[in-house]
Amino acid sequence: MSTQVPESVEEESATETASAGKQKRDAKKRERAERVQEQREAEAAEKARSADDTFHLKVFRYDPEVPEKQEPRFDDFHVPYKQGMTVLDALMWARDHYDSSLTFRHSCRQAICGSDALFVNGSQRLGCKTQLSDLSEPVRIEPLPHADVVKDLVVDMEHFYDQMESVEPYFQTNSLPDGELDEQRQTRENREKVKMSTRCIWCSACMSSCNIAAGDNEYLGPAAINKAYRFAMDEREGEDMKQRRLEILEQEHGVWRCQTQFSCTEVCPKDIPLTEHIQELKREAIKNNLKFW
Amino acid sequence: MSQSYNRGLIEDFSRWREFSAGMWAWIFHKFTGWVLVGYLFTHIAVLSTALSGAAAYTNTIQALESLLVVRILEVGLLAVAVFHILNGLRLLFVDLGVGLEAQDKSFYASLILTGVIVVASVPTFLSGVSI
Repeated sequence: MSTQVPESVEEESATETASAGKQKRDAKKRERAERVQEQREAEAAEKARSADDTFHLKVFRYDPEVPEKQEPRFDDFHVPYKQGMTVLDALMWARDHYDSSLTFRHSCRQAICGSDALFVNGSQRLGCKTQLSDLSEPVRIEPLPHADVVKDLVVDMEHFYDQMESVEPYFQTNSLPDGELDEQRQTRENREKVKMSTRCIWCSACMSSCNIAAGDNEYLGPAAINKAYRFAMDEREGEDMKQRRLEILEQEHGVWRCQTQFSCTEVCPKDIPLTEHIQELKREAIKNNLKFW
Repeated sequence: MSQSYNRGLIEDFSRWREFSAGMWAWIFHKFTGWVLVGYLFTHIAVLSTALSGAAAYTNTIQALESLLVVRILEVGLLAVAVFHILNGLRLLFVDLGVGLEAQDKSFYASLILTGVIVVASVPTFLSGVSI
């Protein structure tokens, strides 16, 4: 115990001197980082200027954790164009060369993971599937509308996932084949019927484009209804399971909220005929409840 | 999530330039529907003048029909009604699942047909009225 007191005193003085030295070093480090950053930006701007063709991006920026960035703004990035460049490529170039704090979700870069649905020039698109050459300048890139922004182009997807899960988006059946190792076979016709609906990548573009979903938080939304369609129309699930699915769908905030604006069908990056599926489920629900025979 | 920002303009109606055919059809259908509901009450009000005698009704109608603004409003009413009917048919087909891939074309068709019918009706509606 006796040795501890002087030790702590020593430590304190040590930390004091250390902190003074550290501060100096930190300041230098920061200065150097700033210089490097400036240099990098200058290099990037130079590269952009010397390129044959550049694209002008206007990107939505917002960061609730930095006081200066709490007021949303648009940042301009001039990105040198390469043939075949997508919006996602341009964003990555801007992040790597101008501002490493530019935040957006992306993963597979081939329209399968569904992470990079963005609001590009006024319409919901997948960044990786949208060619820059198809867009008019300046290319305005914003996070998906009708969702809470977490940072820059990242929105909170929790509500969308909740809606998707509420329709039980997995295969379930009461009628198993006889043999233990038998496959659950589906007819070709039935497979063809659900084909388009299986292509959903959970990107939330349709949900974001839907006017009704924007005003009604309980509305299942096009993606969830499409998911339900995929299983309700699957003949292998059996009749009682279909009943159960229709019960979920024909609730007040289910299929009947759709007002056939076709916004979801327009924006779907996988070309799923969402409105058609919703309409078919409406007819199924009616047929289910009105049985005259 | 820490906090989130309401992006105002991104989500309000200033986006109307980017609306697609289906969205416009929906907006026009709502609008014409409300106009028709409003007209229904005026219609009943005018008709109910017949309760105070045949002469009162005739006088009301003649007085109204002599006004140019009423004639112009009638053309407007026809436009609203025709569009609502045609788009209603389009929605019927949408509900039946027929021709959903041509829904934008059928919207444009109903717009053009409405325009043609309204223009064709103008001579009838504006005949014999003095300014």
